[in-house]
Amino acid sequence: MLTAAVPEGPIDSRALAKKIRIHALHMTSRGGSSHIGSVLSMADIVAVLYGGVLRVDPKDSKWPARDRFILSKGHAGAGVYAALAERGFMPVEKLKTYYQDGLELCGHVSHKGVPGVELSTGSLGHGLSVGAGMALGAKRDGASLRVFVLLSDGECDEGSNWEAILFAGHHRLDNLVAVVDYNKIQSLASVPETLALEPFTNKWCAFGWTVVECDGHDHDALRGVLGGVPARAGAPTVVLCHTTKGKGVSFMENTVLWHYRTAKGDEFDRALAELEAR
Amino acid sequence: MRDAFVARLVRLAEADPRLFLITGDLGFGVLTKFEAARPAQFLNAGVAESNMTGLATGLALSGRVVFTYSIANFPTLRCLEQVRNDAAYHEADVKVVAIGGGFSYGALGMSHHATEDLAILRAIPGITVVAPGCLWEVEEATEAIAATPGVCYLRLDKSSAGRTNRPREAFALGKIRTLREGTDLALAATGGILGVALAAAETLAAEGIRARVLSVHTLRPFDEETVFRACRETGGLITLEEHVVDGGLGGLVAETCLEAGVVPRAFHRIGLRAGFSSIVGSQEYLRTRYGMDAEAVVARARAMVRSRAAAGEAR
Repeated sequence: MLTAAVPEGPIDSRALAKKIRIHALHMTSRGGSSHIGSVLSMADIVAVLYGGVLRVDPKDSKWPARDRFILSKGHAGAGVYAALAERGFMPVEKLKTYYQDGLELCGHVSHKGVPGVELSTGSLGHGLSVGAGMALGAKRDGASLRVFVLLSDGECDEGSNWEAILFAGHHRLDNLVAVVDYNKIQSLASVPETLALEPFTNKWCAFGWTVVECDGHDHDALRGVLGGVPARAGAPTVVLCHTTKGKGVSFMENTVLWHYRTAKGDEFDRALAELEAR
Repeated sequence: MRDAFVARLVRLAEADPRLFLITGDLGFGVLTKFEAARPAQFLNAGVAESNMTGLATGLALSGRVVFTYSIANFPTLRCLEQVRNDAAYHEADVKVVAIGGGFSYGALGMSHHATEDLAILRAIPGITVVAPGCLWEVEEATEAIAATPGVCYLRLDKSSAGRTNRPREAFALGKIRTLREGTDLALAATGGILGVALAAAETLAAEGIRARVLSVHTLRPFDEETVFRACRETGGLITLEEHVVDGGLGGLVAETCLEAGVVPRAFHRIGLRAGFSSIVGSQEYLRTRYGMDAEAVVARARAMVRSRAAAGEAR
């Protein structure tokens, strides 16, 4: 396990992403849990968000004016726990309790006993509606906070998302940002083989959103896009982040297998070596 | 009931800017008053109950007290997981209001029969479950749930028992109201069908059978003590609900009493046993058809009292 303190001054998002990946590998391997591929896929997005885009205060996780971040793809919870710990919301040591009997860090992201988690998710298709409610509330209050919701691509199969997308477009919630971890792999097969999302951009546009496409592993690009929302005043923004599932571990990249498989033994050692060498 | 609910909600919203109402595109001509009076506290989310409930949770987690409003099963079963995972698990101040409990929309067909909602909502941890029986209970319950933390479910009915409150009576969620005293048996009703229980008690009284009538407007928290007292002090207990007999009021009474070892001398659950109703019928017609009208209650009560009398004679 890495040790870390609350960062002072600007945060190096690349270093944070590296820590998130390594923590998540330890956590999922120790816990015998799934979804390492999903965490590696979104690690750079989460690192850029927690590395300076999100206006949050680790010392006051309920600060009313904070930006809200919702991990709607809750199965990648290990990545958010790691980011929160590295940002000082909880001790890094607590990450060792992930997936352990009687403790709080469940596989799917949970707010109970975990400061900084806005919403417990796990069933897909919930986060965007709740985020839209937070964004609408902020609008009606005249508050300037922003709401970021990170979704998986497979999650976009859920009809409830499209209710929320329709709603946010209609109500011009430009303080709402959907970030899609678009790695093109679902749990059993690829996205095009399962339920094709393309033309994905056109779908969001048709619902009144401003679409920005981005390399989901390019920190400068991510910082530029996420730090500059809304992309257009008067419309919600969706950032379609083109990502690689399992990013950072060669044998996990672009495979369906590592949605569920847990790295053990030699696989764990090789994965850790690759992540540490990044 | 819905007019009584809306009128009280407007008053509450005027007093508390945190109060917010979202409708799932229903309430034509009914919610107009609210929207006109409190436009900044009103939203029509469209025909999208899952999103409506998620929105309500997001608004509630940001400091509002949010009522969601729709009819029959739309604000509950259609979006049950949003009610469970988003609102209830986060203990959000979301108040789910369904207009049209039981067979209120009888002739509209099975989709509009809310006949399993109490059992299902009651199974979700932390949800306060309320089904008022009269207009006064509606008004008081509306105010009470607005002030109750967490998720509450308010089931409103087309029918009601009118106004059953006594002068200066105070309402409390989770406190059964005894509307009529009696020791021959007790009729415990939840929801608008309370009116049927009161009518049945009147008929029974004319025959010399004194029925206690309990208005069980709240299923959770549940007033065990008043039910236990009815078991101990009366000759038997009949529960009455416009709902399947599984898991609603009758089920709640049975499981509570059995576990506590307080067994009524006789017990019967009146409710829907016939499965889905697929025939056309008004609320009144369907109650009669499925053995939930005053006549059916009277017949069951009479049989209960007679069989006890016969058992007594045999001894």
